[in-house]
Amino acid sequence: MSGYQGKKNIPRITSDRLLIKGGKIVNDDQSFCADIYMEDGVIKQIGENLIVPGGVKTIDAGGRMLMPGGIDVHTRFQMPDRGMVSADDFYQGTKAALGGGTTMIIDHVVPEPGVSLISAFEQWREWADSKSCCDYSLHVDITEWHKGIQEDMEALVKDHGVNSFLVYLAYKDVFQLSDAQVYEVFSVIRDLGAIAQVHAENGDIVAEEQQRILEQGITGPEGHVLSRPEEVEAEAVNRSVTVANQTNCPLYVTKVMSKSAADVIAQARKKGTVVYGEPITASLGTDGSHYWSKNWAKAAAYVTSPPLSPDPTTPDYLNSLLSCGDLQVTGSAHCPFNTAQRAVGKDDFSLIPEGVNGTEERMSIIWDKCVVTGKMDENQFVGVTSTNAAKIFNLYPRKGRIAVGSDADLVLWDPDVTKIISAKTHHSTVEYNIFEGTEVRGGPLVVISQGKIVLEEGNLHATEGSGRFVARKPFPDYVYKRIKARSRLAELRGVPRGLYDGPVCEVSVTPKTMTPSSSAKTSPAKQPNQPVRNLHQSGFSLSGAQTDDNIPRRNTQRIVAPPGGRANITSLG
Amino acid sequence: DTGHSHPSTLNDRLLIKGGRIVNDDQSFHADIYLEDGLIKQIGDNLIVPGGVKTVEANGKMVIPGGIDIHTHFQMPYRGTTTVDDFAQGTKAALAGGTTMIVDHVIPDPGCSLMEAYDQWRQWADEKTCCDYSLHVDITHWNDSVKQEVDSLIKEKGVNSFQVYMAYKDYYQMSNSELYEVFSFLAERGGIAEVHAENGEIIAEEQARMLQMGITGPEGHVLSRPEELEAEAVFRAITIASQTNCPLYVTRVMSKSAADIISQARKKGNVVFGEPITASLGTDGTHYWSKNWAKAASFVTSPPLSPDPTTPDYLNTLLSSGDLSVTGSAHCTFSVAQKAIGKDDFTQIPEGLNGVEERMTLIWDKAVTTGKMDENMFVAVTSTNAAKILNLYPRKGRIAVGSDADLVIWDTDSIRTITAKTHNSAAEYNVFEGMELRGAPQVVVCQGKIVLEDGNMHIISGVGRFIPCSPFPDFAYKRIKARKQLAVLRAVPRGMYDGPVSEFSLSRGGTPSASARTSPTKQPVRNLHQSGFSLAGPPITPDDIPIRPAGRRIVVPPGGRSNITSLS
Repeated sequence: MSGYQGKKNIPRITSDRLLIKGGKIVNDDQSFCADIYMEDGVIKQIGENLIVPGGVKTIDAGGRMLMPGGIDVHTRFQMPDRGMVSADDFYQGTKAALGGGTTMIIDHVVPEPGVSLISAFEQWREWADSKSCCDYSLHVDITEWHKGIQEDMEALVKDHGVNSFLVYLAYKDVFQLSDAQVYEVFSVIRDLGAIAQVHAENGDIVAEEQQRILEQGITGPEGHVLSRPEEVEAEAVNRSVTVANQTNCPLYVTKVMSKSAADVIAQARKKGTVVYGEPITASLGTDGSHYWSKNWAKAAAYVTSPPLSPDPTTPDYLNSLLSCGDLQVTGSAHCPFNTAQRAVGKDDFSLIPEGVNGTEERMSIIWDKCVVTGKMDENQFVGVTSTNAAKIFNLYPRKGRIAVGSDADLVLWDPDVTKIISAKTHHSTVEYNIFEGTEVRGGPLVVISQGKIVLEEGNLHATEGSGRFVARKPFPDYVYKRIKARSRLAELRGVPRGLYDGPVCEVSVTPKTMTPSSSAKTSPAKQPNQPVRNLHQSGFSLSGAQTDDNIPRRNTQRIVAPPGGRANITSLG
Repeated sequence: DTGHSHPSTLNDRLLIKGGRIVNDDQSFHADIYLEDGLIKQIGDNLIVPGGVKTVEANGKMVIPGGIDIHTHFQMPYRGTTTVDDFAQGTKAALAGGTTMIVDHVIPDPGCSLMEAYDQWRQWADEKTCCDYSLHVDITHWNDSVKQEVDSLIKEKGVNSFQVYMAYKDYYQMSNSELYEVFSFLAERGGIAEVHAENGEIIAEEQARMLQMGITGPEGHVLSRPEELEAEAVFRAITIASQTNCPLYVTRVMSKSAADIISQARKKGNVVFGEPITASLGTDGTHYWSKNWAKAASFVTSPPLSPDPTTPDYLNTLLSSGDLSVTGSAHCTFSVAQKAIGKDDFTQIPEGLNGVEERMTLIWDKAVTTGKMDENMFVAVTSTNAAKILNLYPRKGRIAVGSDADLVIWDTDSIRTITAKTHNSAAEYNVFEGMELRGAPQVVVCQGKIVLEDGNMHIISGVGRFIPCSPFPDFAYKRIKARKQLAVLRAVPRGMYDGPVSEFSLSRGGTPSASARTSPTKQPVRNLHQSGFSLAGPPITPDDIPIRPAGRRIVVPPGGRSNITSLS
């Protein structure tokens, strides 16, 4: 066998068939020693003494861990921003991902308000298909709300393999939706069997604070974090949990950046809410003290929303919650801009394009902060970097597991390698790396994507455009089993009562006079034209008129004389 | 007893002998001498004028009269008025041992706050039987409202203003408006009160309930689950904390809302929670009553929680100090008025009774059960309210110089609450049939006996308006200290002198290579740029008279750094 290794005249065999011998397979539930044989990008056999065709390329794992390739659930490659585009496109971004052991990314489609979701989705597909080096999928962001959007969502779920939509509680007057709109979006998402994602920050307060901070003459990147205190993040998380509970919709909070936000999620889970929290590489690996750096360009490189918390104990806290299961899944929210792009906001922090790097560093940072420190074991590591993401977004077990029939996306992990993160050596194109100088232990030794070796001996062999779009089906079991059970229970019933037959007070909906009380005669009030409205009546106008007339009446409503005779319902009792 | 021949003496001078004075901090035995509506002397063997009427307390507790911090008497409602006017309402209050009420002025959106205030003053001055103050509700927000709030604080003796997070498209305010109201109140020394419920979600839920054919009072509570109350409380606290404004949450009705308040207090927020008689004494199971009129009589917002363990929980938090103060939110409608909503629960006028039952109910639920002692009882029924509204120690304390509003409290009296005997004009009492221990034996208001031997001697119109001044120490000492700490500073940096990307603030396609083939004709906007347009032009030195020192530094100490290099 070894005679065929590296032979250049039979490249097809070496690239499509691969045997990994002597590895310890690490899934999220168990670890065991076995060989793996893969062919045509799929894992074909797992076991010992496998019978494989001759001429297969073989890798000796030497007892090292072999785990499912990472899934970065949150990237924003090649993202348009006011005529600029984020520095890493789908080629550079996925290359960086592969360099760090991540073999699948899920990017966000951000439709311009006014543009149909479908055309934005197709635009992103085109960008990604031509450049992506690994498999990918797409979340679609809901940046406005009307009937047409609902139809687009249905089409995306049914025909285009999208099962997650993000709404914004921030970015006032641009992307931000009102509570009522969020309620309606969540109701639609639940009916479609998708996942509601939320960017959780109170945009109204952020806008007020930005104005206040600028008025105080604070224009640098520190103004970004000062105008977005972590309370504002926690408030929005709490509110979206409330709306999700109300609509019985599964919720996924992107970019958990602060202790308080993570606490709200943890508490909601203890109360039984179906909610998932996504800390990102940056919130797990660094903090917001850098916003005060005297180097403007460095400070600006950390600008993202919600911001990194200035509390330096935050990363450790979030790593602990990730380890105990209160937070479930990790992304990078990789969306870096180069310094010249950031400098658009050199005189006004609210104009600095937002986003940090992290897709390449994600797996190593989590290994270093959580596994090396004993917060989690190798199986949990696989859970939070890959498997949970695959389960939530209905990719499991095709992705997120080493099993026969699964995609051949694997990483041979070296727990002992140490590396100092630096912009000089990273695969991203930006000048700054927010983890600059951080020494991390643990990294990928070999990365296999679609059954092909893309990283070996420190060399990346990424092929532009080889990444496939992976369609995702609605109603992921991991999420919807509980939701379905709850919708069956949540049926509400009216109380069967006799008809009220007592006196009814006269109501003037638009009364001409102020009040009929005796003292009104002497009232000096000069506003007789203003109708006295009801404090206690909601101003909400019922859509669909009175329920009685056209809709078939419910049985309980038909009972005029209830069983046991008609009760005198106006009597005390 | 010569008192009967000297009615003026009898009315204006009073000696209470042999009582145990209970304030919020301590209890002690002493006699009290009252004259001209004030407490003149406290002690043993007092020297008092002859012919003074003497009340023998026989060792019973003498407590400061209760302050009901939340009432809606004589409230206009779509052309009718709540059944208890200021005379009827304050009579009920006095009967229960409450000697001061604080009513809510509710201006219609778009109407003048000042005119509404004058209207309420007139109604109350004509009829109240005890002293009163007023909260003013802010039902819309603009510059003229701001002016009126300013004058109400400065000239009219109002220091508390309520905003609504519910009643969508009517009273409800947006988060930005709340932020602005709170900022303004913090500046002027007011207390921000909040009706905390998420009105947007309620509107959605109401529509859903009605579509499902649920039209009875149970729909009221089903469309307003307690989570929506807790969510709004959480949000109000966030905004108050952001603006450094003291917050007062009216009508704490559920465990979850109370929990949020107590957590926030533990984190150091200046927030006060007001459970009401109804949430401390009964629960929301009655919304499912087959008797429509009875079910409707419980309709109030936020609703009573259907969880029957709620009252006990709230009493515990009240006893531990996590909730600070109690009101009744007394706002009663007749059955015929409630029946406006007989086919649609959203039309049922909201409000229930509680002004008369408040003190007795708290005594029974919290003191006889050992949750709180008599001093804490005085605090939550009277003293804390006086402190929050800046009326202390004129109200809320038995001390020389304080108003002569006192109650001799009988801890052993037991009576059964029923609409047949209560002083409200409403046909239903939400506490119907409850047997409660503890009641006022004698009530003294403005130095005059108004309740004795079960007989009431009240005079309509004697109640005075008590002005509340801004910056109450109880709330503002901490706020002021924090304001001094909260000064933000910019980082002194060199000017950024590197290249700057081209960007389009308004419109423009993407310059990326693939954009040429993009099927979308719409310009791509910025995900990360806030659409908020900065009010006012870019900052110039003239706009900001006091610029932070840090901003003046163009060349920082140590020379100008090359700020575009890696470091």
